[in-house]
Amino acid sequence: MTMKASSRRVDGVTILDLSGRITLGEGSVVLRDQIRDLLGKSEKKILLNLGDVTYIDSSGIGELVSAFTTVRNQGGELKLLNLTKKVHDLLQITKLYTVFDVKDDEASAIKAFAK
Amino acid sequence: MTLERVSYTLDSTLDSVNKAEQTAEALAAKMPFDNESCHRIAMAVREAAVNAVLHGNAYDPNKKVTVSFENTGDSLVIKISDQGRGLKDEDIPNPLAEENLLKQSGRGIFLIRSFMDEVRIRNLEPGTEITLVKHIGQSSGTATEGQQ
Repeated sequence: MTMKASSRRVDGVTILDLSGRITLGEGSVVLRDQIRDLLGKSEKKILLNLGDVTYIDSSGIGELVSAFTTVRNQGGELKLLNLTKKVHDLLQITKLYTVFDVKDDEASAIKAFAK
Repeated sequence: MTLERVSYTLDSTLDSVNKAEQTAEALAAKMPFDNESCHRIAMAVREAAVNAVLHGNAYDPNKKVTVSFENTGDSLVIKISDQGRGLKDEDIPNPLAEENLLKQSGRGIFLIRSFMDEVRIRNLEPGTEITLVKHIGQSSGTATEGQQ
């Protein structure tokens, strides 16, 4: 299953709902394009909902890191929502869990963005 | 004692990466590994295949990737080789180092070593062969590492 992405806006925060696999090739490209499009529209408060992401490889992790630094370098914020156990474990192993702001509840995640 | 051995010679494409990953998952599932171990084996194979296709052969259509899977009865032994410029241990960054933490790449070998019980890297001159071993009845942990 390749990755699918859709976006919605809640209280000034863009929530990107991702599903499928974020891997080298299509999945990573989809994520990169989505982040670029959002930043192009000055949507800089981005919540990545990974609840339906079934698989992520090192390229996908790299794409998440790239998204995080790109958004931050443009003065925005990017947070992660609803990690599956597999993604959670990967971020723990790679010491990235403490780098990302990870949330497990959408409402509180939205509130956590700077006003 | 080898119970089953299969090998493939594959093109340097992402389709080959997917085939290697799917084959690993299917073979592991036929052995007495738990679901988590099957997932980790498949992911380690995917990472090694990506290294071979992308970093080793650089998608060169004239260069092949060879993948073999061997069920030895007490382990699953996987060998993946490419025909690229070779991989030196000093070229492999530590992705946990503070200066590397926010780099986009460089986590593949680290994940392989995290997920498999033994990892050996051999320079083929030209090319690289990586051997991944997962023992039956051993939980995932830090691999023993070796250069040959």
